[in-house]
Amino acid sequence: MNPAEHLASFGRISYDTAHLIGAVILMMSFGLLYQRRLTAVIRTYSLQAMVLALAAAWQALVQDAPHLYASALIALLFKGIAVPFALNWLVRRLGIHRTVETALGIGPTMIAGVGLVALSIVLVLPVTASSTAMTRENLAIAMSVVLLGLLMMITRRNAVTQVVGFMSLENGLILAAVGAKGMPLVVEISIAFSVLVAMALFGIFFFRIRERFDSLDIAYLETFRGERR
Amino acid sequence: MMAFLFGIFHTWLVLVAAPLITGIVRLTKARLQGRQGASPLQPYRDLWRLLQKESVIAETASWLFRIAPYLVFVAVWLAATIMPTFTTDMILTPAADLIALVALLGTARFFTALAGLDAGTAFGGLGSSREMFVASIGEPAMLMVIFSLSLLTHTTSPANMIAYVLSGHIGIEVSAGLALASMVMVAIAENGRIPIDNPTTHLELTMIHEAMVLEYSGRHLALLEAAAMVRLLLFMTIISSLFFPWGIAFVDAGPGEVLLGLLAWFAKVSVLAMVLGFCESLVAKMRVFQIADFLGGALLLALLATIFLYVSEAV
Repeated sequence: MNPAEHLASFGRISYDTAHLIGAVILMMSFGLLYQRRLTAVIRTYSLQAMVLALAAAWQALVQDAPHLYASALIALLFKGIAVPFALNWLVRRLGIHRTVETALGIGPTMIAGVGLVALSIVLVLPVTASSTAMTRENLAIAMSVVLLGLLMMITRRNAVTQVVGFMSLENGLILAAVGAKGMPLVVEISIAFSVLVAMALFGIFFFRIRERFDSLDIAYLETFRGERR
Repeated sequence: MMAFLFGIFHTWLVLVAAPLITGIVRLTKARLQGRQGASPLQPYRDLWRLLQKESVIAETASWLFRIAPYLVFVAVWLAATIMPTFTTDMILTPAADLIALVALLGTARFFTALAGLDAGTAFGGLGSSREMFVASIGEPAMLMVIFSLSLLTHTTSPANMIAYVLSGHIGIEVSAGLALASMVMVAIAENGRIPIDNPTTHLELTMIHEAMVLEYSGRHLALLEAAAMVRLLLFMTIISSLFFPWGIAFVDAGPGEVLLGLLAWFAKVSVLAMVLGFCESLVAKMRVFQIADFLGGALLLALLATIFLYVSEAV
C-alpha cells in the first residue's frame, strides 16, 4: 500500500482528529496567557507538550511514518516531563514570587491573542491558496501557536514565563513540522536538543540575573542596558 | 398530532425531571465530600415544603416583586420547551430558534435582577449588579456560540441543527470543539455554579444569584428555585442535544425510537450532572473580579470558533 492509499484509508476523520488535537494545543496556548500562577503556567506548558506528543503519534499512525513516533517520544519525555521538571526546580530553587507579573493585563493580552490568530489565518490563506483546506487549517493553527508564544514572551515581565513562551513557540514549530509530510527526523532531534541546550543556558542566565539584580524581573535589565523606562 | 402530544409531554418532562437532576448533582457532591448526602428526590420535597409555606413580602416591595417569580419561571420554562430532548418532532420547536431561547433567558434574568433591586436591601442590589456584570459578557459569548453553530449547520433552529449534525455532513470540526468549550463555560456562569457562584451559600459576601432572591420566601421562592433547576437542565440539554445528538428521534419515528431517545437523553443529562458535581468538587470559587477574565475567555473561544469556520471552508 503506497502512502497516498494509506492516507485515503483513514479518510476525513484523520484530518479532523489532527485538527482537533491542534485546536487543543492552541487552546492551551491561550491557557498559558490566561494563567496567573507560575506553577500553573508550567503545568499548562507540560500538558501542551503532552498533547503535542499525541498529535505527533497520531500523524505517525495516519501518515504511516514510524519516525514520527520518535518525535512523539521526544516531545513527551523532554518537553512534557524533563523541561517542566527543570523549570519547577528552578522556581523552587530561586524562590521566585509565585504570581505571574504581566506587562499588559490578562484581558488585553487575550484580545491581542485572538487578533494574532486572525492575523495568522489572513497570512495563511493567500499563501496556501493552491493547497487543500486541510493543510491550510493545520498551518493556521501552528502559526497561531507560534505567534501566541511570541506574544507571551513580549507581555510577561518574569524571565521564567518568557522562557515558557519560547518553549510553547517551539511547540508550534513542531506541530507545523509533524503535519507536513517528509520532515526528516534529524531536524526534529536537533530542534529538540537545541531546546534542551537553550533550557540549560536559560537556567544559568536565571542564576546570573538574580545574582546581579536580586530579581528575575527583566525590567532591571533595561536600565542596565541604558534604556530609559 | 404526535407533535402536539410530544410537545406537551416534553414541556412537563423538563419540569418534572429538573429537580431530580439537581438532586443528582447534590448527591454526587455529597458523596465526593464523604457525606451520605440527601436522596436525589430531596429537591422535590424542598419545593413541596416551600409551596406549603406562607410568602412573606417586604413592606417596601412593589407589585413587581410579586409578579417577578411568575415571569421568571414562565420565561425559563418556555425557553426549555424550545430545546428538543428526546425528539425533534414537537409542536413548539419550529416556533422559535436558539436566539429566541437566549432572549427568553435574558428576560428571566432581567426580572430577577429587577426583583433583587425592588425590595431595597443592600444584598439584593449587590446581587443584581453582579448578575448584570456576569450577563454583560456571558450573553454575547452564548450568542457567539450560537452564531458559529448556525454558520456551521446553516440554520438557527435547534431541530434542524440536530438533523444536520446527525446527517453526517460535518465531521469532527475544530469550530464545534471550541464552541463546546465556550458553551460549557457560559453554562457554568449562567447557572451560577462553582467557580463563578456557589448555589448553596447564603452567608458569603460573594454570592450572586442567591443574593438577588434573598428576600423571597414561600411559593415565590419555590418558583424561583424551580426556575433555577429547569435552567440547569436546559443548559445540560443544550450541550447534550446540540453537541452529542445521537439517539434523538426524528419526525415519524416509531415508539421504539422515541423510547430510545428518552433513555439516551436521560442518560446524557445524568452523566452531565455527575460530571458537574465532580468538577465542582475539584475547583474553588473564583474572586468576583476574575469572572470577567473567565467569561472573556469563553467569548474569545466562541470568536475563535467562528474564525476557524472560514479556514476549514465549512461555511
